[in-house]
Amino acid sequence: MGILLGAETRLMVQGITGHQGTFHTRAMLDYGTKVVAGVTPGKGGTVVHGVPVYDSCEEAVATETPNASILFVPAIYAKDATVEAIEAGVRLLVIITDHIPFHDSLDLMHYAHLRGASIVGPNCPGLCTPGAAKAGIMPNHIFLPGPYGVVSRSGTLTYEIVNMMTRAGLGQSTCIGIGGDPIVGTSMVEALALFAKDPATRGVVVVGEIGGTAEEETAALAKTMDKPVWAYVAGRTAPPGKRMGHAGAIIAQGMGTAESKVRAFTEAGIPVAKYPREIPELIKA
Amino acid sequence: MTFVTDPDCGLEKHTPASSLYGGVRFRKRGRNKAKWGSAIAPRTRVKFLEYQAHAVFRKYGIPVPSGALAAKPEDLVNPPLPCAVKAQVLIGGRGKAGGIKFAKTATEARAAANAILGMRIGPYTVKQVYAQEKLDIAREFYLSITFDRSARAPVLMASTSGGVDIESVPHASIVRLHVPPLVGLQPYLLRNLARRLKLSKKLAAQVSDIAIKAYALFRQEDAELVEINPLAVLKNGRVVAGDAKLVIDDNAEHRHPEYANLPQDRTPLEEEAHDKGITFIQLDGDIGVIANGAGLTMATLDVLNLKGGKGGAFLDLAGTDNPETVKQAFEILLKAKPSVIFLNVFGGITKADTVATGVEQALLAHGKKVRVVARIKGVNEDRAKEILSDAGVHSVETIEAGAEMAVKLRRAR
Repeated sequence: MGILLGAETRLMVQGITGHQGTFHTRAMLDYGTKVVAGVTPGKGGTVVHGVPVYDSCEEAVATETPNASILFVPAIYAKDATVEAIEAGVRLLVIITDHIPFHDSLDLMHYAHLRGASIVGPNCPGLCTPGAAKAGIMPNHIFLPGPYGVVSRSGTLTYEIVNMMTRAGLGQSTCIGIGGDPIVGTSMVEALALFAKDPATRGVVVVGEIGGTAEEETAALAKTMDKPVWAYVAGRTAPPGKRMGHAGAIIAQGMGTAESKVRAFTEAGIPVAKYPREIPELIKA
Repeated sequence: MTFVTDPDCGLEKHTPASSLYGGVRFRKRGRNKAKWGSAIAPRTRVKFLEYQAHAVFRKYGIPVPSGALAAKPEDLVNPPLPCAVKAQVLIGGRGKAGGIKFAKTATEARAAANAILGMRIGPYTVKQVYAQEKLDIAREFYLSITFDRSARAPVLMASTSGGVDIESVPHASIVRLHVPPLVGLQPYLLRNLARRLKLSKKLAAQVSDIAIKAYALFRQEDAELVEINPLAVLKNGRVVAGDAKLVIDDNAEHRHPEYANLPQDRTPLEEEAHDKGITFIQLDGDIGVIANGAGLTMATLDVLNLKGGKGGAFLDLAGTDNPETVKQAFEILLKAKPSVIFLNVFGGITKADTVATGVEQALLAHGKKVRVVARIKGVNEDRAKEILSDAGVHSVETIEAGAEMAVKLRRAR
C-alpha cells in the first residue's frame, strides 16, 4: 500500500530524452517501477532504456495507458507539459522541475484540482513507495519497506533522515518530497491526511522548514490523528528576509519562523527532533 | 480555498480525455538561464527603485504622483512643486538617513538634490534622486496583491487604516479576498471589497479601478507582490497610489527581458555567484558552509549553531558533482574569508569523489592554507575521503561531529 504510488502504477516520463530524464528513468526501472512510456516532442519512435518514446502525451496514453507522469521538463515548458498530460487523462503528476514561474504554478494547481488530478511538486525529489515503485530522483538504496510515512519539503535532508531510519530498521510506507516552492500541488497537510487513511502507515515523520504555515496546519491535523507523528524543522538559525535556497523558505512578515513551527508541533504533542539523527530515536522511544 | 487531494486519484484506472491542447510543440530553448538540469538554483527577487516601480504602475494606468528623475541637481529644470526630493536606493530608512528633503521651489529642489546625491545610505551611494509631487492627503488606505501559499491563490488585501506598517494594523481591519487565478478578479470581489471596507460610491469606483489595474499588473508582470501603501485619498477626492512597491518573480525572467538589468537584492559576492549560477548567501557569522540541497544546508547551519558556531556564508551545491562547478563555488566561498569551511554533502546520486576533486582543485589553486572539515556521504565515498585527506581536509562521519570539529578549529586559530 502506501500513498499515491504503488506497484500497479504505470509511469510516463516527460522529458525522457534529456540528461536527467534518461538517467532517472534507468534508476526508476532499476527500482522496479513500471515505466511504460516516455514523451519528448520531436523524439517519437526512439527508445530509452527499452521504454518507447512518443511525440505527445496523447499518443503515449493511447498506446501504453500510463496513469502517472513524472516531468523532467525545462521550467518554461512545464505548464504546457503538465496540462498536456492532464488533458491526456493522467491523474498523478510528479513535477521535478525547479524554477517554474509562480504564476504558472498558481494556474496549474487550480487547473489540476478542477480536473481531479494530483500534482506532487514542483521543485521536488518525487516519491517512493519502498518495495513497490519510485517516481522520483531519490537514491534507490536508502529505502526499506515498512510502516512509517515520510513527508518532507526537502530533498537531500530527506535522504539523510530516510537513510538513518533504514539503518535503524525503521522501514517506510511511502516517502513523499512535496517540494520546496511556495506553491505546491500536494501540501504537507494533504500528504499527512493521505497517510492518516493509509492502512499500511502506522506513524508519520514530517520534515519541515521555515517559510509559510504548512507545518502549523500540519500540526493541527496531527493533533486529531490516532497515528503518531514526529517532526524536524530546518532553518532555526535562518536570518529573516533571506531566501534560503528554496523559494518557499523565506521568513516574511514575521510568519513562518522555525520557532512558530516548533511551538505548533510541541503544543500538538508532537515530538520535535533537535538534530536530524534524533528522528529514529524518537520513533523508537 | 483549500484543495483536498483525492487519495485514490493516482491509482484509479485512467480514462483518456480529449486533448484541448493537441499539437502544441515545445519552443526552442531560448536565452533562459534557468534551464532544467542546471544543477544550482539561485533564488532572489528582482527589486525596483521607487521611480522604476512608479513607471510600471503608470504603464497599467494606476494613478501615481508626478515626478522627475535626476542624476545631477541641474537635471531638475521643472520639477513638480511642492515636492519631496528622495534618494533612489534599495534600502529602507532613507528618510532617517537624510535621504528625503522637501522643496517649495525649483531652486530649493536643486539644492536638496545637491545635498542628497553622493550621500551614502547603508551600503549604497545615492546616484539618483526622484523629485515627487507632494500630495494633499486626506485619508490613507492600504492595498496589496500577493499570493497565499496555503490557499494556492492570489490574495488581494486592503484596509482603510493605511500609511503605516501593515503589520501594525489589526488583523480584523484588513480585508482579504482570494482571487481564483483561472478566471481572475471578477466584479463580485470588488463589490465585496467596497462593502467590507464600507466605502462610499465615489471611493469604491476609484479603489475598484485601481484594484483591477493592480491585479492586471500582478499577473502580466509575474509579480510576487504589488503593494500600494498609502493608497492616498486626496483632499480633492481623487485616489492616488502614494507609494508603489513591486517585487517580480525572477523565475519568469524569460517573459520579461526588460527586467534583466534591474538591481537585485544581493551583495557583490552574491551577485558574482548568481552570475555563475551558484546559490550563495552571506550571513553574519564566520564559518563557511557548503552542503547540497537547501534543506540539508539549513539543517547544517542549525547543527553548527547548536554546537556553538555561526554560519558566515551558505553555499548550496544542489545536485552538482561537476568538479569545475564545485571548484568555482568553493572559490567564491573562499572570497568571503571564512575562519573554517564545513562541507556537508549527502550524495545519493551525487558522486562524492568528483565533489572531492573539485574541492581539492580549489584548495590547490588557492595556495594558502584553509581549514576544511568534510562530512561526505554517497557514491564513491571512500575514494572521496582519500582525495580530501591528501588535500589536508579533516574527514568526519556525522553532521554533529563535523560541526564540533569546525567550531574547535575556529577556536584554535
